[in-house]
Amino acid sequence: MRLSCKFKMMLFVLLLSVFFLSGCSTVPKPGPDTEPAIRQQADLVPEGTVLDVEVYDPIEGFNRGAYRFNYYFDKFIFLPIVSVYQFIMPDYFEDRVSSFIDNVYEFNNFTNNLLQLKFKRTGITLARFAVNTTVGVAGLWDPATKWGMRRQTEDFGQTLGHYGVGHGPFLVLPVLGPSNLRDTTGLVTDAVAFSLAGPPAWVDDDDVTLAFTALTAVDRRKRIPFRYYGTGSPFEYEQIRMLYTKKRELEIAD
Amino acid sequence: MRRWLAIIVLSLLLGLPAAAIAVDKPYFYPYVNPLEATVMELPPYYNADTPDKVPTKTFKVKPFPDRQIPKVFWYEDGLVCSLTYQKQEAPLIFVIAGTGARHNSPKMVNMQKALYQAGYHVISITSPTHMNFIVNASSTMTPGNLREDAKDLYQVMQLAMAKVGDDIKVSSYHLTGYSLGGIQSAFVSMLDEEKKVFDFERVLLINPPVNLYTSVNILDAMLENIPGGVNNFDAWFDNVMKKLAAAEKQMGYFELNGDYIYKAYKRFPPREDFLAALVGVSFRTDSASMIFASDVMKGGGFITPTDVKMTNSTALTPYYLVANRTSFEDYFRQHFVPFFQKSDPSLTEEKMIKMLSLRSIEPYLKSANKIGLLGNEDDIILAPGEIGYLEQLFGDRAKIFPTGGHCGNMNHQDVVDFMVGFFAGQEG
Repeated sequence: MRLSCKFKMMLFVLLLSVFFLSGCSTVPKPGPDTEPAIRQQADLVPEGTVLDVEVYDPIEGFNRGAYRFNYYFDKFIFLPIVSVYQFIMPDYFEDRVSSFIDNVYEFNNFTNNLLQLKFKRTGITLARFAVNTTVGVAGLWDPATKWGMRRQTEDFGQTLGHYGVGHGPFLVLPVLGPSNLRDTTGLVTDAVAFSLAGPPAWVDDDDVTLAFTALTAVDRRKRIPFRYYGTGSPFEYEQIRMLYTKKRELEIAD
Repeated sequence: MRRWLAIIVLSLLLGLPAAAIAVDKPYFYPYVNPLEATVMELPPYYNADTPDKVPTKTFKVKPFPDRQIPKVFWYEDGLVCSLTYQKQEAPLIFVIAGTGARHNSPKMVNMQKALYQAGYHVISITSPTHMNFIVNASSTMTPGNLREDAKDLYQVMQLAMAKVGDDIKVSSYHLTGYSLGGIQSAFVSMLDEEKKVFDFERVLLINPPVNLYTSVNILDAMLENIPGGVNNFDAWFDNVMKKLAAAEKQMGYFELNGDYIYKAYKRFPPREDFLAALVGVSFRTDSASMIFASDVMKGGGFITPTDVKMTNSTALTPYYLVANRTSFEDYFRQHFVPFFQKSDPSLTEEKMIKMLSLRSIEPYLKSANKIGLLGNEDDIILAPGEIGYLEQLFGDRAKIFPTGGHCGNMNHQDVVDFMVGFFAGQEG
């Protein structure tokens, strides 16, 4: 019953996004009087160079649609929910929630550090979980960081990258934002592992898991200051695409 | 000893922070190198003591309600401005943002806080070089022509007052702006002498260029600090990201705030050429957006083909690459001058360069006692001799700080004190 409710919700989001994703051409349509620009790429960029900003993006039409969908989803649904949450919750409790959620997700940091054979970091993650769950009262506080054990974030996208998997085509996921084929695979794998073998399996209560998932979504959005079309650049999509790709390369190299 | 005790007791009694009492502390700015002063964020200790949050709301104005906005700008719907308001009657200050900046950029928000605290309403206006302004509020859609931009700004100010005038009680009007917004304030003020809609009482130009053309070329030239030029940007950027990651690793953490940057700066002093390149990149990024917006709004021909339909899913990468390889000089020669020549064939490049200068309105600036200047001796956008020119032009009405770079010290306590004092009518 509950699962079907979740399913309906997902279907709704999916349908809504499809509405925006009518795969249009990404090349501008010329009119009868089209004349070339004075300044053109061919004259300014040496032939044969591939620049960082030219990220492999074969389904750009879809991606731009998803980007646009996310702008509206943020504006009319996601951000209003986040503001209500911030209005109701005192900042102090918001921080406790963030800390609690981070602690629960140490599960993914643990598995992925282990999969990458980063034993020291795996150890730190395990110790953090132990300290924060006990001394930090179920993760509401984060004394481990104060004691010099910093969070060792790793996800399955990074693990794949670590073993040489390339980023694949760029993808903008509805609601979740910029990604690529490798990282989306990672995202799904992490989510499945988390729900099958992680804390939700230990708790084994659909209501709790659903509430936790919703809270996580709100908390995560709250902590990301990014606003679609907040940069004031017409090239925001290009810039985000490049920065996302670069950022992931660095995270994988680390 | 006894004097200190007296000060402490006095400050406790009066409920004043001790800092407010130490009046005659000389101006000190932690970054001596002008490029560092411009780029680096001020450590919080030096920042003006202002409220964390001030009552502010945003609103939109549409000077051209019938304008057909191309679909590629599907997210554009009116020029967004913000109003910071007092509950009681108060004077209002219009603030014009610098090149490429929005009404809510960090510098603008700092101004809002400082001026609100000093008892003013503030209306913050996005720079005419910003896409949001070009698309919605520019009559020529070709930013940079100071006289035309001033007309657009004046129009926006009137529409803004029409929109929020009923919510606030205004006793008088002032005007200010920083960087490009500074020189624009001078031209808006001159227009106001003729139209008298606001009859500004005081106008403060903060770190304005003397000549827009000269200053922009100085900024553009900083890109030459990328070894191999713009086409080698990727290698340079990779290097920057790697250095940042290395610094993060060594420091053990990363935070984007003044304290962290200052600490990182102390440990890994950045090289001069790197800082200059950073200023150049930041400027070029803003100007690329401006050039694209201007060209598309006018039907293309400069960096986009003419008569094409761009939609909300058009791939813009080719134009992004071209825009990033287009200097202000290119914009000026191939787009700006030809456009204005259409309505006035007698205009030459030389004539236009002269028009982009405070020198072109020198008699007005000399005689207008309401206008003051806030500058820095080491402002990186000024050519040799220009700071001297400003001092001589404004005389007693010029306040020049010895360091601070270009707009680096705008939130320094001493600078904020001067600004607030200026609008209150105190002499520097």
